[in-house]
Amino acid sequence: MTVAESVMTETKLSAQHVQMVFTRDGKSTPVLNDVNLEVGKGEFLCIVGPSGCGKSTLLSTIGGFLSPSSGEVKIDGQVVSGPDPRRIFVFQERGVFPWLTVEGNIEFGLFKLSRSERRSRVAHYIQMVGLQGFEKSYPAELSGGMKQRLEVARALAVNPDMLLLDEPFGALDSITRLIMRGELLRIWREERNTVIFVTHDIDEAVQLADRVAVMSGRPANIQQIVKIDIPHPRDISAPRYLELRNGILEQLGLAHQV
Amino acid sequence: MPDNGLLIRLRPIAFIVALLILWQFAAGRSSTHLLPGPWEAAGGIVDLVRHGLFLKYVVASLFRVTWGFLLAAVLAIPLGLTIGWYRRAEMALNPLIQIFRPISPLAWIPIAILWFGVGDASSIFLIFLSCFFPLILTAINAVQRIPAVYVNAGRNFGLSPANLVWRVLYPAVLPQLITGLRITLGVAWIVVVAAEMIAVNSGLGFLIVDARNAGNRYDLVVAAMAIIGVIGLLLDLGMRSLEGAKSLRWGYSED
Repeated sequence: MTVAESVMTETKLSAQHVQMVFTRDGKSTPVLNDVNLEVGKGEFLCIVGPSGCGKSTLLSTIGGFLSPSSGEVKIDGQVVSGPDPRRIFVFQERGVFPWLTVEGNIEFGLFKLSRSERRSRVAHYIQMVGLQGFEKSYPAELSGGMKQRLEVARALAVNPDMLLLDEPFGALDSITRLIMRGELLRIWREERNTVIFVTHDIDEAVQLADRVAVMSGRPANIQQIVKIDIPHPRDISAPRYLELRNGILEQLGLAHQV
Repeated sequence: MPDNGLLIRLRPIAFIVALLILWQFAAGRSSTHLLPGPWEAAGGIVDLVRHGLFLKYVVASLFRVTWGFLLAAVLAIPLGLTIGWYRRAEMALNPLIQIFRPISPLAWIPIAILWFGVGDASSIFLIFLSCFFPLILTAINAVQRIPAVYVNAGRNFGLSPANLVWRVLYPAVLPQLITGLRITLGVAWIVVVAAEMIAVNSGLGFLIVDARNAGNRYDLVVAAMAIIGVIGLLLDLGMRSLEGAKSLRWGYSED
């Protein structure tokens, strides 16, 4: 049984008829047009689409940073009305606080816990993302990949049931990006959060996701949801992998040749 | 090499010493007495110390700067941060601030004397004015430049509004505020001298005017100028050392 099949039992998130229209200087621009989406508990969903299509807007709506012009997003059956520590948004590595050390950043969201509880959580997640020895370092002293791991650790430390990642590895070099994908999958298997991962990189999506939601150009809706029925670790030269990847490329209207 | 580092650090001092020697030599050769030499100026400082005026005047000037500067900081920073946060407040108040800002604090001298009389309050008021507008603009600007990701991350972790201010907004603006405070303190130190020439009868600015009026003591004029310069340098070095704090350094790097 693949992961996707095992987790589709319970709905974590459902977006129904989500519309988003931005109004600026009297001009209104429709960005999201009737987006419908269901995400299962513990699922890893990737959202891909042409750049500027509204992927990030959709993710911000799920995170509660934007409210839809019409329609609604429900998480655990409740309408999302604002940001919540149960679902943490991870930005590209620029989201870490530069005025706090590695420890300080991971501890940031733990203010409701006791001192000893905070300490043990910080130690646990520093270990998990492999930042031992950098506890007292400031983000400026870390590499891009380390900052990204730090931001993931900060998010995980508050035990969220959902992680919302907005092109989290977009600013990293390709080698670091590959390593980070492996790390994220390892952490996800350990923590079992629901992950929604926005990317413009189709290979990344097919390597990571249980399902890939393909968005159309603006005003965007979800054109197709592709189930990635390959168990981890995935062989990225296997025929099935290539078949799925090419299917998504075609869906987006992209040629296979450069 | 430590020796080399020390030599490099001593270089500006050596240059100043060379200039002083040159100045002394030139002043000695000149018969016009357009400028007293450094030796005379040093004698002036000794004179001031002997009469107990050195400390008195330095303290008087620093006292006024401290109060004017602190009052401005305490009022302008929270006000500026609030105005910067609420876009509508900024739109309403910005024209007013921009009109007041280019008025030299010295233009306020007659009004300061009318309102506060001749004394400390007048010069404190002038220093307050000279600090208030640059500081409020720094604070407005600093808030507006906070990257949205920091604020969103703070909200995401469920911070209360008070905690959002204390744990995100405040640390995010601190580097810029400290730079603003450093520059403004320099301005305050310049303005206090001018204010003291007119509005009071103590302090380093008063000393300069008084030395000229009471018997053309140009050695004291130059002595006061040297004291002003050195204290200004020390104030700047003090503020600069704050910028070196590790939790602030991120705000000054280029990338």
